[in-house]
Amino acid sequence: MWRKLTFSHGVHPPEHKELTNQVPIRRMPFPDEIVLPVRQHAGRPAKPIVKPGDWVERGDKVAEADGFVSVPIHSSAAGRVVEVGWWPHPDGTMAEAIMIQVEKYSPQIPRPRQIPRWEGLSPQEVVSWVQKGGVVGLGGAAFPTHVKLLPPKEFPIQLLLVNGAECEPYLTTDHRTMVEFPHRVWFGVRIMMKALQVQRAVIGVEKNKPDAIEILSKTRPPDLNAEVIGLTVKYPQGAEKMLIKAVTGREVPSGKLPMHVGVVVQNVGTISCIAEIFETGLPLIERVVTVTGPGVRRPSNLIVPVGTKIRDVLEFCGGLTEDVTEVITGGPMMGGAQPNLDAPVTKGITGIVALTRKEARIRQVYPCIKCGHCLDACPMFLNPSLMGSLAQTARYQEMADRAHLWDCMLCGACSYVCPSNIPLSQMFALAKYQLSRLRKKEQAA
Amino acid sequence: MDLTLVLTSVAILAGVGLVFGSLIAAANAKLKVWEDPRIEAVTEVLPGANCGACGYAGCRAFAEAAVKGVVAPAGCTVMGDADREEVASLLGVEAGAAVKRVARLLCAGGSDVAHRRAVYHGVGSCAAAVAVTGGGKACPWGCVGLADCAVACTFNAITMNAVDLPVVDPEKCTACGDCVDACPLDLFTIMPLDHKLIVQCKNLLEGEAAEQMCAVACTACGRCVQDAAPGLIAIKNGLAVIDYQKIHLANPAATARCPTGAIVWVEGAQFAGTRELVGSDVG
Repeated sequence: MWRKLTFSHGVHPPEHKELTNQVPIRRMPFPDEIVLPVRQHAGRPAKPIVKPGDWVERGDKVAEADGFVSVPIHSSAAGRVVEVGWWPHPDGTMAEAIMIQVEKYSPQIPRPRQIPRWEGLSPQEVVSWVQKGGVVGLGGAAFPTHVKLLPPKEFPIQLLLVNGAECEPYLTTDHRTMVEFPHRVWFGVRIMMKALQVQRAVIGVEKNKPDAIEILSKTRPPDLNAEVIGLTVKYPQGAEKMLIKAVTGREVPSGKLPMHVGVVVQNVGTISCIAEIFETGLPLIERVVTVTGPGVRRPSNLIVPVGTKIRDVLEFCGGLTEDVTEVITGGPMMGGAQPNLDAPVTKGITGIVALTRKEARIRQVYPCIKCGHCLDACPMFLNPSLMGSLAQTARYQEMADRAHLWDCMLCGACSYVCPSNIPLSQMFALAKYQLSRLRKKEQAA
Repeated sequence: MDLTLVLTSVAILAGVGLVFGSLIAAANAKLKVWEDPRIEAVTEVLPGANCGACGYAGCRAFAEAAVKGVVAPAGCTVMGDADREEVASLLGVEAGAAVKRVARLLCAGGSDVAHRRAVYHGVGSCAAAVAVTGGGKACPWGCVGLADCAVACTFNAITMNAVDLPVVDPEKCTACGDCVDACPLDLFTIMPLDHKLIVQCKNLLEGEAAEQMCAVACTACGRCVQDAAPGLIAIKNGLAVIDYQKIHLANPAATARCPTGAIVWVEGAQFAGTRELVGSDVG
């Protein structure tokens, strides 16, 4: 192999994975109350089908998919629905949510259910099981998985790329999943290859997880045309387009999707979740979450029932230390600071990172000195410096027309390297927000 | 230097100038478009702010419409009474009755009454805060207080008061609607100044849940509905909603029993009381 397995540009933030990368995944006890927002995925929110007073068992459907780009939501514990109403959402707003009082002494055994026999199913049936299971991308974006599994006919898929890069600092959910459930990952790969009808699969893992690479290579089923590839450690290696560039050398054109270059990318967590559907028949009702950071007393990797409040999860990990100033859901590079710890863990939350005054210190912002560090950091080869100066004067449309704003994935590499501490990636998030607001207004008018 | 060369050059240039000059003169005579001189005169009198509050693309477009008789001079809310009379006399029409309209903020959750759940650090704009995790206030529907509207206002009619709420000066406000567009939470609305009964809240929660977020939230208790004229106020989605078709029935009695003070009777500018209160506290 002559080519180095990576992409150009990018940054090297300190990884801090040592806090949890040797900690086995544990199961968290059921909380007293779970809150299931109907908007946990990209696309249309689900429609609640339960009302206050209803009894639900673990794994029962509580909200159904509204359209194609939507997935149902299932109860992650047995209990009684107490309310369907407003509740804080991890994105900072209030959202419609189903609140369930968990039955204390319930054995939490799901209803007997049909376990799909994957060998006999057609690809379409596999995909419909994936949608029925409420599966979304567990890497953070929470895009409904079944949509990715049905690419249009004119774009033949040649490669299934499984994303085990996990480039965000602190997070170790995918790492521990690969180390502890390698057989489940391979089973998931097998099912996905069938659903997509591809002949080849690649699992891309950053080289800072040698144990995961080793155990996956060792357990690889010999009949599967698949391999495990160690990738250079660099942020954002786990971004879809960067991963494709690193593994296949292909570049996804501006404004296009991975399927346009014949690749489908799935996160390791999503893969193992799909495997679980075909092992137990249970939908996506729990996920692995890394609870970490210098502000957590007992950093852990936990299997958390979806809908558990962030406060309960932190409490189970020994609570926060006194000097915590910021709690982030997701990784510290792309995740959002949580204004309210009562917000629940949704399907898309990969980790909870508590930062103290030392890490989350507020820095003075200085004017841009045109040093060009951000240009060297941007993995998409954009010009963050130019976009930043356009954003400062609210020239958002110009950013989209001239500077490829929509190719920006808000990875935060530019903000990370900026010596003037300019919050570039927030400015781009603002620009995208304002443009989509304008478009919505034009549509309404 | 040869004098003839100089003279020929001057002659040729003069000749070319003469030919083009006469061409332009001919074109001017032949292609002339007559314009009503009153349009120019009216445009002179108009404020020239091009704010668009009248609904036309700018002051000149309004002048054209006024000369055509499509719109009364009162359609421009920005100019004063004297100017309006002048325009009316130029056009020989009635000035028409001007309904003074102003921007009203449908939130009273200043930093003194709204519960704060977090501290926001980042780009200093309401929209930027909303684009990430929604600023620091517990109420996600309430005013973020980072002054996007005050920046957007062309007429300096909006100032931020001591509790980070935008105060609209009814004198300066021209109802152009720039603040309505600027607010990421759609808290501004343009309404006639004599619509004095306003529900200053957009929190969709009810009862205690709403009050925990903000001391002046509408709890949807329904007392104002009983105290007001029948049909004037209704509770919808956890909020008291005033039917402004029936505003002539309104009187301050509706606000008397409101437990939180979410529904108010406003004379002039909003939050006048708050300003004094905080001013005296700060000293």
